[in-house]
Amino acid sequence: MNLEKSIERLTLLLRLDGELDMHTASKVRQAIDVEIEKRGIRTVILNLQDVRFVDSSGLGVIIGRYKKLLPLGGNLKITNVPPHIYKIMELSGLPKIIKFYVDEAQAYEEGRGA
Amino acid sequence: MKTNHLNLTFSSIAENVSITRVLIASVGAQLDLALNDIEELKVAVSEAVSNAIIHGYQSNPNHIVYFDLDIADDSLKIVVKDDGCGITNIEQAMQPAYSTDPERMGLGFVFMQSFMDDLQVESTLEVGTTVTMIKHLKQIPISSH
Repeated sequence: MNLEKSIERLTLLLRLDGELDMHTASKVRQAIDVEIEKRGIRTVILNLQDVRFVDSSGLGVIIGRYKKLLPLGGNLKITNVPPHIYKIMELSGLPKIIKFYVDEAQAYEEGRGA
Repeated sequence: MKTNHLNLTFSSIAENVSITRVLIASVGAQLDLALNDIEELKVAVSEAVSNAIIHGYQSNPNHIVYFDLDIADDSLKIVVKDDGCGITNIEQAMQPAYSTDPERMGLGFVFMQSFMDDLQVESTLEVGTTVTMIKHLKQIPISSH
């Protein structure tokens, strides 16, 4: 799992590349939590375009970050989900909780204006 | 398809979960399964093996997980076994959203059930857990009934 991080003000953009399972989930968890705790990041955008596999451990780390950000007044957004990954997420009910965006620009756009 | 049997025993470490996925994906490809079916098998296997490591062995890396594949003409049987702590209440553990860990969604068994045709869980406290999953394979359609 490769992670590409970029930070703009209080928003962390994380591009994930690889398989998101119990092994790689802890890497993603640490990468996000360190920015929430040290830099006060409040919005996390996860670009999943290059994620080739996800299971319940992978979904767990995503929902876990969402639950961590919410009481801080933050948010977690997901972009560029490949169709076969979306199917797994849909079965888990994740799209009912977390908002999905077509691309990063759209995820950045929302919540920036008004 | 000839009958085939594969057996893998491995240390209860997180890195090995992806190896079992590679194995089941190769078997699925040899069986000419659709890509979607292979994806589903990978998720089911990933859940069963992750459960053995996280719950059965409570993430202790010094144990062994047993992974067995039995391929027959009409079915693929996957057995994942651990000698771990066992499950107190199997019925409860298999409920959606049941998880002993707030970071997890309690979806492991839900995915296994959704993606496989049959799922059996046998567990004895302090002895271990055996998860048996079966996927029916479509016969070459001479006559399906």
